[in-house]
Amino acid sequence: MEGLKVSDAKLVVYMHPSKANKASQAILRELSSLLFKFNETFDGVVLAYDVNIHSKTTKILPGIHPYFGVRLQAKLLLFNPKPGMLLEGEVVKLGQQSIHVIVLGFASAIITEEDIREEFKYKLKHDEEVFTSTSHKRHKIKVGTVLRFVAKSFDEEILHISGSLLPAHTGSARWLDKNKGDWSCADRSSKKRKESEEMRQLDNVSVDEATSLMNTDHRRKKSKIHNVDS
Amino acid sequence: MGVKLASERPGFSEMEDVNFTDSELVYHVRDALRSVTLGDSNSYNELIGVIHHTEYLTPDEVALLVTSLKALSGAVSCIDIAHHDSLLSSIFRMSMWSYGPDVMDALVELIISLAASSGKYIDSCLDMLVSNFMPPHYFLALLKQPRGLARKDQVLHRVHSALRDIADLVPLAPLRLLPIILQKMPNVYSKEPMIVIYVENMLRLESGAMGELVGSMILCAVVDRLIDLDVEIEWEDILQDDFSKGIFEMELEDVEETLDDDEQEGDELPRESSSWRRFRGNVVAEKLDSLLVLMFEHLRSCNDVGRLSNVFETLLQSFKQTVMKAHKSKFSQFVMFYACSLDPGNCGVRFADILADIFTGSVSPPDVRMSAVAYLASYLSRAKFLPASFVVNILQRLVGWCWKYTESQDGDINPDAHRVFYSGCQAIMYVLCFRMRSIMDVHRMKSQLFLMPVEALLKHPLSPLKVCLPSIVEEFLRQAKAAHLFTVSETFVFNDLLESEHSRAFGGKERLDMFFPFDPCLLRKSDRYIRPNFVYWSMVRTTYDDDDEEGSSDEDVVDGFMGRSVENIAGDAMAASFEEHDLDLDEFDYSMNKMSITPKNSSNFRFGSELYGSAMRMPSRIRPSTSPESL
Repeated sequence: MEGLKVSDAKLVVYMHPSKANKASQAILRELSSLLFKFNETFDGVVLAYDVNIHSKTTKILPGIHPYFGVRLQAKLLLFNPKPGMLLEGEVVKLGQQSIHVIVLGFASAIITEEDIREEFKYKLKHDEEVFTSTSHKRHKIKVGTVLRFVAKSFDEEILHISGSLLPAHTGSARWLDKNKGDWSCADRSSKKRKESEEMRQLDNVSVDEATSLMNTDHRRKKSKIHNVDS
Repeated sequence: MGVKLASERPGFSEMEDVNFTDSELVYHVRDALRSVTLGDSNSYNELIGVIHHTEYLTPDEVALLVTSLKALSGAVSCIDIAHHDSLLSSIFRMSMWSYGPDVMDALVELIISLAASSGKYIDSCLDMLVSNFMPPHYFLALLKQPRGLARKDQVLHRVHSALRDIADLVPLAPLRLLPIILQKMPNVYSKEPMIVIYVENMLRLESGAMGELVGSMILCAVVDRLIDLDVEIEWEDILQDDFSKGIFEMELEDVEETLDDDEQEGDELPRESSSWRRFRGNVVAEKLDSLLVLMFEHLRSCNDVGRLSNVFETLLQSFKQTVMKAHKSKFSQFVMFYACSLDPGNCGVRFADILADIFTGSVSPPDVRMSAVAYLASYLSRAKFLPASFVVNILQRLVGWCWKYTESQDGDINPDAHRVFYSGCQAIMYVLCFRMRSIMDVHRMKSQLFLMPVEALLKHPLSPLKVCLPSIVEEFLRQAKAAHLFTVSETFVFNDLLESEHSRAFGGKERLDMFFPFDPCLLRKSDRYIRPNFVYWSMVRTTYDDDDEEGSSDEDVVDGFMGRSVENIAGDAMAASFEEHDLDLDEFDYSMNKMSITPKNSSNFRFGSELYGSAMRMPSRIRPSTSPESL
């Protein structure tokens, strides 16, 4: 799954004097307020943080309220799906016109009819809605399937992803992993070949940030970020 | 418009014999939407026309509306926020209350599809659903009728399940929902049914699936609204206007009014005390009353499923931040009282502990500490469900703190400088007035009380006996003497005063010397919930009572009322008979009202006199000082 990265950040958290005797609590609270929101400075949605407070002393700001700034170092897990990235999520709702997926438990994603390739046909079997592949009978998508899809766009405010199942390497993650041979050299129409070329170009653009798998290959990015908070 | 009625209706075979499947309908709608961008809005406008049509729909029109909405659900990906602005606003303006279940279902499906399709529509969809918490104005009258209630059930069931479905598809939706709910909450000037139904919905969300995410903010918002209403109730609405009379003469008048009612035995009207009658016309009080009842019912259902302790933590936070900081909240604090009564061992104890912590701690400012101890004193005295042993333990904490305070002071009487101390002493005396007898009756607690340095504390040069409210001091001294707790050598001559210059001084601008927050609740509907757990002064056995408590009939009660000193006995009998028989609440009201809440006076009272049945000047109603400058 792409779109995740771990960044090292040097932060300064400014706190109101009343928090002086419970500084760590205040810092954690401050960092928690960043969670699940898209942050421009960090360039991603903050999913998790791991904080190390080194300094024992802090500087007090001059002014009406003597805020004091604590320097700390934190590892931040960030999520920023760019167009063309491959994402995975669980299907929560299926309909003829759309498939609804939840990614990482918090981001909603939708794949509309136009973005589902011809290969998949919608069927209503025994009161269960299913998208079945016409070329591979065992390749099914239904509620609960872990779906691998390509991101088309990402709404940073509501954290809503618009996705696509057009490329050949998308579909039910479990089936794709088991049958690697079948789809990598599947029959491709010229339209699909063009699409995969486009995707490769996008990949090149975002190669700085993309990581191939979660938990491996961290990119360290040092940035000094000031947060003025109360 | 290209959509024809679905062919499953045999009655319309006279129309063009064309069958359309669901997907074909969807494609027709998509075409209509797409052609807008190309300049052709005919089909699009027809679609809007169908949606706008709300009044007196014939079955055809209903079917058309349902079909259109369903087709739109399938075509949401083609809806563009800019080009299809008028369609979207028509959809978001629809009120589910105006339609039948079929249309409701189709509309809800459309809203869910819209919300899940793109982040752009989430706020508007949630907004539309929250607007449907309340019916349109013309519907308010129907709410009292069975079919209005049936419609309400249908609408709210669908609204809440739609909110749940959207939360399932878009996990962050509750985060967006919260500010919308808070912002759309009706203000204190809205009509009562509107506020009530909105708060009902808020509480339903709190106990629903999203409760964990939005529940605590919702509860805080409801308590805020209670305080807003509370603050709007004027003191004048509660009091009599004539201040020239003494406080207990006012009481007498009170009771005389109810006497007149008594004579109309045959009347079907429910008995009400005059204070309730005074409130009947007060619109704000009625709103507050209804909302309090909603909260009580909600707390009761929380307790039934075992989540009261979690909810209580939120209520405590809200109490500390909002209720305690409101200047002399009148009735909102009864939410805490009721919650405690539902779970005395847990919540009841915790509430008292928290208040004692605030008073004995050094973090809060003096006014907050004085307010906390006033709440504590009133609570410990009035809560029937708190065992005397627990009360003694809390008293020990209070006495301990006050005693420690005196050890660090060597000054003389100074109401202003030591006001926290005086409020603590007054609290101790107030609680003992209510509880001394029950403490004395148990040997272990009696010795615990005797071991506390109460006498030394009250006789300290700081002279709390001179500073605290005279009425309380009198009553306390009388009971203390009868219990052989201690005696004072000087006679305190108070001249029937309720308050004194010193007490005013320590009470300060806010008059915290006369703050008894859990005095009987004057709101009619809420009081029914509170009453079974409430200690009225007339029910209290004091230490100077004779032990002769045998029986009293209603006759005795009437006689007592006439001036004979049997209030306490009658009070006991009433309390006893209430437990023995299951008195009908109306009957109970009736008998309670024959004895006023504050017992009758006798202007011959002198401290130390053996006159039996003298007045108990317990200031058992919330009332501001009678002195002009405090008004």
